[in-house]
Amino acid sequence: METKKTSLYQLHQESKAKFVEFAGYQMPIQYSEGIVEEHKFTRNHSGIFDVSHMGQLFIYGDENLISDLENIFPLDLKNLKLNHSKYSFLMNKDAGVYDDLIITKIKEGFLIILNAACKENDFKILSQLLNDKYKMVLDEKRSLIALQGPKSAQILNNIINGIVNLNFMTGNWFTFEEKKIYITRSGYTGEDGFEVSISNELAVRFTKELIKKGAKLIGLGARDTLRLEAGLCLYGHELDKDKTPVEANLKWAISKERVLKGNFIGSDVITKQLADGVNKVRVGIKPEGRVIAREKTKIFNQSDLHIGEITSGTFGPSVNGPVAMGYIENEFSKKDTKVFLEIRGKKHAANVCGLPFYKKSYVKGVN
Amino acid sequence: MWTAILQKKLCERSKLMSAVKYSKEHEWIKLEGDVATIGITKHATEMLGDIVFAELPEKGSSVEKDGTAGVVESTKAASDVYTPVSGEVVDTNQAIVDDPSKINEDPEGSAWFFKLKMKDQSEIDSLMNKEEYDKFAKETAS
Repeated sequence: METKKTSLYQLHQESKAKFVEFAGYQMPIQYSEGIVEEHKFTRNHSGIFDVSHMGQLFIYGDENLISDLENIFPLDLKNLKLNHSKYSFLMNKDAGVYDDLIITKIKEGFLIILNAACKENDFKILSQLLNDKYKMVLDEKRSLIALQGPKSAQILNNIINGIVNLNFMTGNWFTFEEKKIYITRSGYTGEDGFEVSISNELAVRFTKELIKKGAKLIGLGARDTLRLEAGLCLYGHELDKDKTPVEANLKWAISKERVLKGNFIGSDVITKQLADGVNKVRVGIKPEGRVIAREKTKIFNQSDLHIGEITSGTFGPSVNGPVAMGYIENEFSKKDTKVFLEIRGKKHAANVCGLPFYKKSYVKGVN
Repeated sequence: MWTAILQKKLCERSKLMSAVKYSKEHEWIKLEGDVATIGITKHATEMLGDIVFAELPEKGSSVEKDGTAGVVESTKAASDVYTPVSGEVVDTNQAIVDDPSKINEDPEGSAWFFKLKMKDQSEIDSLMNKEEYDKFAKETAS
């Protein structure tokens, strides 16, 4: 299968991007300044991320759709206000995660942002679960552009007046060159920021406007170091079909009311795990030295027992040191527990730590 | 006359010995006396991206031609550093361990990795000169 290109592909090329194939797309991993500089620029200024490879699934429907989706997601969708977003999961019966996603209530139904590698499968699963009762569009005609970092609100408000009034995890329709674009205040870097759903033919012009106002294109490499410092899960690493949201320490994303009522896919397992606890759990891991613990690095306790595994690890430019996340047996998951990481045959000391590594700065309570 | 020829020969020999050679694994090597200084090439650092971790061989240890003699890690991935010749490690560059970003800044100068007392100086003969390496690097770059 030929790799796909996003609407911004040529702009990436002109901006000297290095490309990598990701989920069937040619995506920029970094530009000429490199991952560390791009990471820091996002933390201090404003970075533009082409995330058009991600799925934008529109599902159209009324009250019945809300009830049907509540049978799938562990969310209180009946009380989800118009233009408000929630982080959630598409799970199997064992509460294993098919995908993690952001679902937003729009007037005509819902907009769900899906991971690129999962979107086709998610579409199939959801079509089946909803018995093809509703119109579903996995929209390939729209690009998705994230703007992340402390200067993002100011920059974007220069182009789209009014976006400063959005709260974190809310959105609305705005206009750019007389076309409707949907903007949410959200993102995946731990910074204040926005995700802009915009038709493909406007994507390049819109991105160039952002660049003109001082934002810079940032690659997937920095997106990974940013989300890791922010303690956010990456599907295929911290989340997959063999891990549940409770094990992933994402209890906060599961509606308490819905757990009491049950009847969503995976609710039996979720209810049981919330009551009885879990055997393994996702934690932050901070190596003591400079050594970097990559995915699949084994974690040992002080008695040399194998107690877990790293799922993501890199160098955190804002932390200025190595950072990692992994799954560890529950009894060793307390903060400051000393553990050892086996890297290239040697054991390196590390500590279990709280997440995030880098404090989030989301904007709430604007109005 | 005879001394002039000898001097010229010596001069050629020292020129030859101090010339930098390159390996297919993107290491450079500079021989002075029987001590070789080894590092990674600028081309290698450009392929790796920002280097954030470096591990060097232990002083006093022996390393074998084409064997692993260290590790560098970028934000993306870990890569082994190989030694293009055999010998005993007589010195290592702690400065690049303390601040790995130096490797990106000056890979073929102050950011050398380790020095070896060579076992067999003829091992250097099969390595590439600058021109050959540049051509090789260009051809293998993806």
